[in-house]
Amino acid sequence: MKTRIFVTLKNGVLDPQGKAIHHAIEGLGFSGVHDVRAGRLIEIEHEPGLSKADLESMCTKLLANMVIENFEIEQA
Amino acid sequence: MMRAAVIQFPGSNCDRDMAVAIRDITGADTSIVWHRESALPTGLDLIAIPGGFSYGDYLRSGAMAARSPVMQAVIAAAGRGVPVLGVCNGFQILTEAGLLPGALMRNAGIRFVCRTVGLTVENSQSMFTSGYAAGEKIHIPVAHHDGNFFADDATLDRLEGEGRVAFRYAEPVNGSARNIAGVFNDAGNVLGMMPHPERMIEAMQGGSDGRRLFEGLIREIA
Repeated sequence: MKTRIFVTLKNGVLDPQGKAIHHAIEGLGFSGVHDVRAGRLIEIEHEPGLSKADLESMCTKLLANMVIENFEIEQA
Repeated sequence: MMRAAVIQFPGSNCDRDMAVAIRDITGADTSIVWHRESALPTGLDLIAIPGGFSYGDYLRSGAMAARSPVMQAVIAAAGRGVPVLGVCNGFQILTEAGLLPGALMRNAGIRFVCRTVGLTVENSQSMFTSGYAAGEKIHIPVAHHDGNFFADDATLDRLEGEGRVAFRYAEPVNGSARNIAGVFNDAGNVLGMMPHPERMIEAMQGGSDGRRLFEGLIREIA
């Protein structure tokens, strides 16, 4: 079984990487892009029995830094 | 004799400089402890978490190292009041381990910053900063990509109100909230800072402003 975990910066946390990507997009000639924020996708292959609570615990203990990031768990 | 340990992770690169600085300035019996150890040498007077790029900065700078076996022993020692100094990647590791508040994010200007910067000593009443005068301006090098200190406003207000800001940048460096370059934990025995005092300990290195951190520390510990 596969679960996808999306880790994103919290609202209000400055994202220099997203800003640089935004600049690069504009540099390629694309217009109309208002903002870019970069995050991280983590895919986990696991036993079907792994609980949502365990996945959440992985996120809060390691995969996301709760000071600056949020996470979303998407189970296939 | 004073005893010190420098923790070494895969990817640490300032461990030897830190050990030399501690040994030369304080005369401490200084050992380098590999991160897989689950116990620290007994009777430590100082633990240093050095700079570098532990685990290649995978996931987030300091994130993997903070979960290394030895960090449980470091957290326990910090709880008993043993002084813990984290420099650069060491600061990142201490925030990731929850020993210090906030987080170190990518520099606001995106680029790696490697130069000597001016710092203002904000609090000279700590065991780490007693070698300085409050408000004094000193010069110490930085070398980092993720030194942009972030914490929410309530946390920043608390840090400032409790005298837990050790150093501030005297010039724009990396976008750090309120120009914070180093902070203490609430008990004052853990200091994390992005600048490298161990790289400024004798004239040959361009200055010795970092030396006084270690000199002050040994006076406080002795």
